[in-house]
Amino acid sequence: MTQLGSTDRPAPFCGLDTWLPLPARITRVDQENFNTRTFHVQIVDDAVRSSYRWLPGQFNMLYAPGIGEAAISISSDCEQGGVLEHTIRVVGSVTRAIDRLGEGGVIGLRGPFGRGWPVDQIDGHDVVMVAGGIGLAPIRPLVYWVLRHRERCHRVILLYGCRTPDDQVYADELKAWESDGVIDALVTVDNAAQDWVGPVGVVTNLLRRVRVNAERTMVMACGPKMLNRAAAWNFLQLHVPASRVFLSLERNMNCGFGRCGHCQYGSKFVCTDGPVFAFSEIADIFASEEA
Amino acid sequence: MSDTTAPLIHKQSFLPKDAMNALVRRLVDEGYTVIGPQVHDGAIMMRPLTTADELAKGVCDEQDGGRYRLTDGDSEMYFDNVVGPDSPKRYFFPPQQKLFTLTIKGERFQVDDTTPKPPKYAFIGIRACELAAIKIQDRVFGIDVDQQTFRCESDQYYRRARQNALFIVVNCTRPAGTCFCVSMETGPEAIDSFDLSLTELREGFIVRTGTEKGVALLGQLPAREATSAELELASMKLRRARDQMGRRLDTRGLKEALDKSMEHPRWDEVADRCLSCANCTMVCPTCFCSTVSDTNDLATGQVTRTRFWESCFTHQFSYTTTGPVRSTIRGRYRHWLCHKLATWWDQFDTSGCVGCGRCITWCPVGIDLTEEATAIREQQTEASDRSGRGFVDEWAE
Ligand SMILES: Cc1cc2nc3c(=O)[nH]c(=O)nc-3n(C[C@H](O)[C@H](O)[C@H](O)COP(=O)(O)OP(=O)(O)OC[C@H]3O[C@@H](n4cnc5c(N)ncnc54)[C@H](O)[C@@H]3O)c2cc1C
Ligand code: SF4
Ligand code: SF4
Ligand code: FES
Repeated sequence: MTQLGSTDRPAPFCGLDTWLPLPARITRVDQENFNTRTFHVQIVDDAVRSSYRWLPGQFNMLYAPGIGEAAISISSDCEQGGVLEHTIRVVGSVTRAIDRLGEGGVIGLRGPFGRGWPVDQIDGHDVVMVAGGIGLAPIRPLVYWVLRHRERCHRVILLYGCRTPDDQVYADELKAWESDGVIDALVTVDNAAQDWVGPVGVVTNLLRRVRVNAERTMVMACGPKMLNRAAAWNFLQLHVPASRVFLSLERNMNCGFGRCGHCQYGSKFVCTDGPVFAFSEIADIFASEEA
Repeated sequence: MSDTTAPLIHKQSFLPKDAMNALVRRLVDEGYTVIGPQVHDGAIMMRPLTTADELAKGVCDEQDGGRYRLTDGDSEMYFDNVVGPDSPKRYFFPPQQKLFTLTIKGERFQVDDTTPKPPKYAFIGIRACELAAIKIQDRVFGIDVDQQTFRCESDQYYRRARQNALFIVVNCTRPAGTCFCVSMETGPEAIDSFDLSLTELREGFIVRTGTEKGVALLGQLPAREATSAELELASMKLRRARDQMGRRLDTRGLKEALDKSMEHPRWDEVADRCLSCANCTMVCPTCFCSTVSDTNDLATGQVTRTRFWESCFTHQFSYTTTGPVRSTIRGRYRHWLCHKLATWWDQFDTSGCVGCGRCITWCPVGIDLTEEATAIREQQTEASDRSGRGFVDEWAE
């Protein structure tokens, strides 16, 4: 099995049994947009909490007691232990139940699962991050990682697109990243009212504006299917090698540890082989529908 | 190991027919839950038994695409029938299994009960292809699997059931019309991984021992050394079974061909016939997909998590907030066939099909994977590989 991403990913910590969620309390809830909130979650057990390690791009299975579980990316800084942030779009039974619990509520957690972004390969590269909508959630820990280790990469570009300015997640942070100049961050929206001063149009338009040194560029993208496609094809066309174009994919997930079969994508288990894949690993099936 | 049992290893013995009763009794006495082929609801099922009388003696089966029928056979023969819709899989990986019960007490999840411990199973009359299927599932559930992947966390129930199980395999002397174990190199004769292997003759069984447990068990039965005539007869019957395979599948280069056939027109054609009923996945001895779901007891506040067999032919299997990943039958059938014969190799370094023929027999419209795979392999066109790479190269140029 090829191991193109982080090879030293932390093993999942799952308590007594891989299926058994650990209790965790919601310590704070931040409103991101009309249906998306960031839940700060603290594992109740002190020993477990202090030994819990993860890497950008990994996810947890969050459990709404008695209702069920959902795969949710960890969206906070992996070097800031103690509290784990999860930005959740409230769309269905589990996410609604977690939302209803709110601050002070107790949920369950299994993880961390999956292979995240290849931070171990970042050295000396230009990093281009592309995110759409809620897809910024798994990218955000990567931004934190890059900010902490800024000297290890050359240019760092973050392109983010969402429907309207009000749909942005982490709006304040985006503003700070845009103005700080530590990285080149750019936000575009599909539709905007008069007061929006940034670019308008799909994120794909921004892609074309990036000047790329294909020799040393690394792309990391997460968004809806069309965004992933556009990002991949744009940078492949600019001769960025397929082994340095990384996409985080979404699939139905039930177990998170390669047992239930739900997340299969061709021969891959997205939960363990991914969710982050180098394009070269999935090139054969990427253009096929329903793989 | 005592002197009397030692010579029996690798040596073939003869066990008279009536010793079958003693064998089953012995196993029951040793605390085994004995599982063997029996007639249930008009089909051969692997079910618990306490006496040899419960075995499907004298029962034959007729199998073809979408067709299964039991017939009267030679009344002296215990195992003249072949595999039914059931397989030993259910005893290691139950169709419905409680994973745990817990009570939520504020910030504590109090675990009241975890997965029950499996009984000690003895399988009698399990076939070579079924042993092969178990070895495939071992890789899925993580016995001795690469530590690099998370799959190594063994399923405790599976591991316990598997490690304590005793296998008395029966070599098939009469394949069914849908069998193709010879093509998949899994049968009709079991080569290893059994405790005892039986080849049935009219008067008795040729027995081989595969483990110390098997040697000890045979030592307690009225076995004698087999005569060369008996051995010759047994190997003739096995040769004949090889020649009489109902189906064939040429597997050379098949994985590579399927990998290149994501857009083959045959997928559309088979999608017109497939009902997406999931029968094939429910009868398959290697399919491992599952879904867990929780139930709440409102009175006690207890939550029970149960794992069920799932099928890639359902919509919920691949459901995401933007709809199912595989919303067409074409996509689902393609996923199933490619998983069995191609991508399983990438995942577990083995085929996902053992050639048992169940999916052919139990398909209501008789879709035959050997036929579909052969058609796809034999009509390779450029269009069938319209998938990823070509398309992408165009963009990447
Ligand atoms: C690796 C990964 C990371 C994710 N990270 C985030 C994140 O950071 N924030 C966020 O808001 N969402 C994220 N998602 C999507 C999230 O898992 C789904 O939105 C969520 O499962 C919906 O659950 P529900 O019960 O509320 O919805 P329902 O629609 O009620 O779900 C019903 C069933 O469908 C399944 N399901 C529905 N949608 C999805 C989906 N998109 N992916 C997998 N299974 C699904 C659920 O498992 C459930 O069994 C991620 C998904 C994956 C695979
Ligand atoms: S064929 Fe379908 S149900 Fe069977 S193991 Fe593969 S994905 Fe699961
Ligand atoms: S795919 Fe069909 S023939 Fe192959 S092991 Fe499964 S049920 Fe048997
Ligand atoms: S989520 Fe179960 S195998 Fe990937």
